[in-house]
Amino acid sequence: MVDFFQLLFSGLATGSIYALAALGFTLLWQASGTINFAQGEFVMLPAFAMVGFLAWGAPLSVSFVLTCIVSIAVLGWCFKRGLIDPLYRHGMMPIVVATIGLAIAMRSGVRAGYSAEAHPFPALFADKLFKVAGVTVTLADIGTLVIALALVFATQMFITKTVTGRAMQAVAQNTESATVLGIDVPKMVFYTFAINAVLACTAALLVTPVYLAKFDMGESLGTKAFFAAIIGGFNNSRGALLGGLIVGVAENLSAAYISPTYKDAVALVLFMAVILFKPQGLLGKKVERKV
Amino acid sequence: MKKSTLLLIAATIFMLAVPPFLKNYGIYLFTYWLVFILATMGLNLTVGYAGQKSLGHAAFFGIGAYTVAILMKAGISFWIGLPLAMLGCFAIGIAVGFPALRVQAIYLAFATLGFNTAVWLVMRNEEWLTGGTFGINNIARPSLFGFSLEKNLHYYYFVFAVTLIFAYILHRLLSSPWGKAFTALRDNPIRAESLGVRIQSYTLLSFAIGAVYAGVAGALFAPLVGFIEPAPFAVSTSIMMYLMVVVGGPGYFLGPVVGSAVGVLLPEWLRFAQAWYLFVFGTAVVLLMLWLPDGLLSIPDRIRAKKLARVEAQARSDAAAKIGGAA
Repeated sequence: MVDFFQLLFSGLATGSIYALAALGFTLLWQASGTINFAQGEFVMLPAFAMVGFLAWGAPLSVSFVLTCIVSIAVLGWCFKRGLIDPLYRHGMMPIVVATIGLAIAMRSGVRAGYSAEAHPFPALFADKLFKVAGVTVTLADIGTLVIALALVFATQMFITKTVTGRAMQAVAQNTESATVLGIDVPKMVFYTFAINAVLACTAALLVTPVYLAKFDMGESLGTKAFFAAIIGGFNNSRGALLGGLIVGVAENLSAAYISPTYKDAVALVLFMAVILFKPQGLLGKKVERKV
Repeated sequence: MKKSTLLLIAATIFMLAVPPFLKNYGIYLFTYWLVFILATMGLNLTVGYAGQKSLGHAAFFGIGAYTVAILMKAGISFWIGLPLAMLGCFAIGIAVGFPALRVQAIYLAFATLGFNTAVWLVMRNEEWLTGGTFGINNIARPSLFGFSLEKNLHYYYFVFAVTLIFAYILHRLLSSPWGKAFTALRDNPIRAESLGVRIQSYTLLSFAIGAVYAGVAGALFAPLVGFIEPAPFAVSTSIMMYLMVVVGGPGYFLGPVVGSAVGVLLPEWLRFAQAWYLFVFGTAVVLLMLWLPDGLLSIPDRIRAKKLARVEAQARSDAAAKIGGAA
């Protein structure tokens, strides 16, 4: 039972990182109909940016802030203006393929231009253990969970409580009426891309000390983010959090109790079940078909 | 029509005449290209014509390859393995089509992606059947009417013949009322249904027939490489196949030919860029999409549309000048 709680807790910590990537993923989808197949690479690039700033001698906090700024410019603004805006009116297929191409380019660009090896990353939290009722938890797990949850809730509050956030929601729900109401639609969509970039940077900050900075670290992370977003509900931001935590916990528990070789299969089975029986996701709303 | 027939004859002559002048690796690449043409022709039916977003095509490709490989290891002839692979893919294709009746667009894409991952996990973990990560090696090439296809060039011509046969079948299928029903399903499913197209059956069929093409491609792929393991049938291959269809031009009959050339031959050709070749490839795909969102084969349509627009603009300005002159 003690083992169970230990696994559950570290699963929650990993899951909260998935939730960050998944949240950005669903936000992009809602605001601009973008399925970002490069979402994992959007976490990988900031990780390397931070490694680069650190190598220049900047402290971790400064590197993180600088990386966020660069990411908002590159993964937010450039990505939106250069790729999504021109392809938006052509439907889903070209955007999907373009982001696949982008993912390949980013992955192999880092591999060829920087390094094919895994780079260590400074730990964010001291190596400290706590014993709570016999269950050992690490400070890193607690810290990761707290930071990720705080960020998800902050994003949630921003979207639901502020005027700008509500305008963003309006754009996501009905772009045309939002325009009629005088909302600056391109600006709101850009905010979503900027938020996605910051979420990705934070995910990089939290995940890299464990997984190390490597050119292909985005691959599995991107897939997990997909699964999390679908399980939770694609058109619902809270769903991303739920989905992320479910995927994190499920893979941890199944690796221990079922079989490590089929570890990935459990998230998959969950995901297939959700797709077949509740395709809009656990928390998603149903969208009617139009003729 | 005349022009396209000429083009087809020229392409056939090219495909027949060039390989004898290539080295072994060149012939291998050409065969590899043909195998992917076959597989993406099927995916083009599912995605391009019927509009079902499938990201699990490599699973069928793998099922075809493993069926033939396992049967041949058990001493059963390729010629029994091939139809069995087709039959198996057809049946599983129908089964995979069922989620498509419930979910559409991205949800379907992810459901098929999940199916692909599941198949890949079975290939990797069920060692008694598939050899796990060690794979199955020494897969012999088949012989045709006692004529050995062991040599690379002979095998190439054999694969080319099979591709032509299946391309012909697909062409006939698409120009039949069935083919029209597939495009109706893509363009407006509810309207198609109200006009009496049984969209359920056509959705399932589009998956099943697409899967058969992937199965045949897989069955030809196993003897080509002689050694199969789970990696070539992972989700990344499905994504690449999807990319090939979209880059070539979904819903264009020859789209897969061009798309597979981009996916298979272009990376080889880019090897001069060494470590950077995949980076160049990815960037090229992004730029290509920005330039031609409807795929490479939409170039003629685009030129025609531009010409039409110019003619119309001319007519408009002429008319304006006439009115202006009269006033």
